[in-house]
Order: sequence, then structure tokens, then C-alpha cells
Amino acid sequence: MRFAPLGDAAIAVDFGLSPAGVAPGRLHSLTRALQQNPPPGAVDVVPAYGTVTVFYDDGEGSDFATRCAAIESRGGLMVGASDDVEVWVEIPVCYDAELAPDLARVAAQAQCAEAEVAALHAAGEYRVQAVGFSPGFPYLAGLPERLHTARLATPRTAVPAGSVGIGGAQTGIYPLATPGGWNLIGRTPLRLFDLAANPPARLRVGDRVRFKAITREEFAAWK
Amino acid sequence: MEMKVLRGGLLTTVQDLGRPGLRAIGVPAGGAMDALALRLANLLVGNPENAAGLEITQTGPALEFSADALVAVIGPRMESAEAGKPIRVQRGERWSPGRVLGGCRAWLAIAGGLEVPVVLGGRGTDLRAGWGGWQGRALTAGDVVPVGQSRHCPDSEHWWLDTRWLPEMEKPAVLRVVPGAQADEFAPDWHETEFGVSPQSDRMGIRLQGQPLRRRVPDDLPSSAVVPGTVQVPPAGLPILLGADAQTIGGYPQLAHVITVDLPKLAQLAPGDRVRFAPVTLAEAQRRRHERQHWLGILRQGLAEKFR
Repeated sequence: MRFAPLGDAAIAVDFGLSPAGVAPGRLHSLTRALQQNPPPGAVDVVPAYGTVTVFYDDGEGSDFATRCAAIESRGGLMVGASDDVEVWVEIPVCYDAELAPDLARVAAQAQCAEAEVAALHAAGEYRVQAVGFSPGFPYLAGLPERLHTARLATPRTAVPAGSVGIGGAQTGIYPLATPGGWNLIGRTPLRLFDLAANPPARLRVGDRVRFKAITREEFAAWK
Repeated sequence: MEMKVLRGGLLTTVQDLGRPGLRAIGVPAGGAMDALALRLANLLVGNPENAAGLEITQTGPALEFSADALVAVIGPRMESAEAGKPIRVQRGERWSPGRVLGGCRAWLAIAGGLEVPVVLGGRGTDLRAGWGGWQGRALTAGDVVPVGQSRHCPDSEHWWLDTRWLPEMEKPAVLRVVPGAQADEFAPDWHETEFGVSPQSDRMGIRLQGQPLRRRVPDDLPSSAVVPGTVQVPPAGLPILLGADAQTIGGYPQLAHVITVDLPKLAQLAPGDRVRFAPVTLAEAQRRRHERQHWLGILRQGLAEKFR
């Protein structure tokens, strides 16, 4: 655990990543401890890959050492907790070619049939490593190596909301219609980010995700 | 009361102090590019510091109010309004602060605050997401925005803010920074380079142009959190200064972070301006921030007595 200041506005706690590129369970337990019991003046606690960053209010005047000690004391409360609670979220995905403009590209790269790409993707077990890029966008680790596919050379200017994509070794879901450069292999009818919902984002860092293949009819009928 | 927009100006958005607390799910904090300026403008008209006002970019809007209004502008020198002083605007009068002279942005508070809906805990406009503020977009002629209930100030014509509170303009701008996590991966003289501000700059990021900075380590980094003021360096070597609408996480090397008290200078950078960095210690950055909070506290107390 290493503390690094982001100027006087925030402090990143760096846990490093495993050789497989996964954050240690301690990161998730510290994140939870900091979110449930924020240090004085903390306004945001942002986990991403191997770091969790604490943002401070402008009026919070304590120095770096004091802030680090307050973060560390939250970490101390978690001693013995090997990992956080397992939260599983199932995401229905329709892998129909009409909703998956890059399925053929990923299949060609993986040297298999398009149906096999869908089956491999849906059989995986994933974990949210970070949420960002756009509100609610989850970066998921756990993509079978065979499906690793380089991003598009030229990003699309508009990706439909709900699109499921592959970007390098990661998979993710576009919650909102935004530009994007990932290979689109399907679409979920779920709203992953909803202004009216509380919380507005369905997935949080640390959540575990399974995909469930659904038909075009099930996609259309989804409420 | 209502505020009618007669002319939108170049890019006029409703802003407050942002929507912190949602960065963990990827929602940028947003809010005024210069939070202190909006706080001061609000204090001058008796508003809560977080009340929604307007962020003006280069060319200001023309406005008309349905009742007598009290407004205040904080920014560099304005073409047709005095910054740092409460201004009475008559009902039905066409009023405009004109252009922002010698800078890029100014903040306008209206006594009572703009009553736009709260979205995700804030009233500010997120232009990229298209929500918050007034219909998620910049103001344009014909918009009619409700204004809340204001407090009474009997002698607002007789006092003003010391000009040292107004954003100061330097040419070139010197931004004090604390080195970031990857600072050691650049040549030690990185802060001696002077950059120009690219026209491809907005509230999300101010792009710099000039001599590229070379990073000695080529490897990719996992994304981690960024703050407004983070100086990130994409592979091409031209730094980007992140602004109030910065995304929550980023994967580019973090060269440095602009200290909180210098964010007002960052908000004034306009295309073509020159900028360079001056590294300071974290202790110095915190001392400056502490000092500013102290003076702001004194100002708050003084102004609190003027409104009923």
C-alpha cells in the first residue's frame, strides 16, 4: 500500500496489480470501508484497477500525513477481511449479428465461428475493475484470452446505449450513447445508467458479472 | 422572477459547485471552472455559495429580468460591467456584461440563484452527458430560466470586493504544480518548456501545443483517478490540463497536478495564450489553500451581515 498525492486535492492509495492484472481483495475492502466511513473532508472515493483515490473538499485543510493516517485507520478496521462480499450481477445480452457489428471481426481474429465467440463470452466470469470513461461504463476483467481483440483503428462517433464491447483484454458495456472504439459483439436491454434510479449506476467496482445470452425476441420483449 | 435570455453569448452555461460524490460510478464532478469565483459572486448577492449561476465564455449573454434584480460578476475585466461589485438591474432592462477582456471566463450570480432542476445532486450543466443546467445545454436566445427567492440588501451600491480577489492575468500564465506519479519518467527539465493553448480546448481539458515532452518509459498504465488540474501527457507528448468536466479516471501518464489555488488561472486560459509550470512542494500547495480558506472565511463573515 503506497500513498501518492494528486496535488493537494486527492490522495491515491496504490496496491499494485497481480501479474494477471487483477486488483487485490484488500483494495475492495478498503474502498468499502472508506465509502461507509469517509475520512474527514473526503467527498469521493474512486477505486480503479490497483488504486483507490480519495478526493477532498476545498475546505479540508489537513496535511498529507494526517490524511494518509486517516485513510490507513479505515484500512486497519478491515484487517482479517480477506475480500469483500461477493456481489453477482447477471447481464442479459443478445449476440444477434444485427446488434453486433464487430462479431465477425472478433470471430476472424479468434479463428472460430461467431456463435462460438458469443458462447465463450457468455461463459466467462468477470469482475468490474473500474467504472469511468462515461458515467456507469464498467471495465471488466476475465475475458477469455482467445477473445482479446485490439480496439478499432478509428472509433465510432456514436455507439448505441447497451452495446457490449471488447477492447484489448477487457470487455465492457456502453451505458449511454457515446463515441467509442471497442469491438461491439452484442447488446443488453438493461439500462446500466439511469438518472431516475438510486443508485443511478447498476454496476460498481468489485461487482462480479455473468452474461446470459438472450434471443432477439427476448431482447425486444425486455422491460 | 424569471431571467430571459436575449442573446446566448459564445458558451454560457448554468453552473454550481458541481456534483461530487458520484465519481466512483464515473460521473464527473463538473461545476464552475473557477469554483472560488462562483462562490464570491454568490456571496456578493447574498446567495448560498453553491447557488446556480452562469459561467460566461469570452462573449457574455444579454439578459432581461421580469423584476428588479441584483447580480454580480467575478472574472477578469469585463467590457460593460464592473467585476466584483453588486449591480442592480431594472425590471425589463436589457443587460449584458459584454465580453471578457484579458481572460477567457467569468461567473455571474443572480440574487436568488437559478432554479433549474437538480440532476444527480447538482444544478450544473454537463455538456458532454447532455444533462443538468438548463436542458443539458448552453443558453440560447429565447430561454426563460426561473430565479429563486432573494434576500434583501439595503446598501449594495456602496461596497465592493477588493480587486485582489479577482482572477489575475499573467502572460505567460505560470501554473504552480505538484509533480505527479509519472513525473520521474520525463526529463527533469520538463517544467522549463513553455506551451501554447490549443483551440481544441474546452471545459474537459485544455490542450497544449509546442515542443513535445518525451517519456522515457513506454509501457501502458492502468487507468486511475484524475482531478481537475491534472496534467496528463498522451503518447504524442503534448500535455492536457484537465478542467472541471474532466472524466473521473484516465490512463495517460500523470506529469503533475495544478495546485488548488491556481485553478482560477487555468480557467482563464484561452486559445493562443502561453503557459508554463512551476513545481512547488505539496506542503506549499496546502499552505496556500489553507491561507485562501482563511481569507474566504473572513470575507464570508463580513458579507453575512449585509444581507437580511
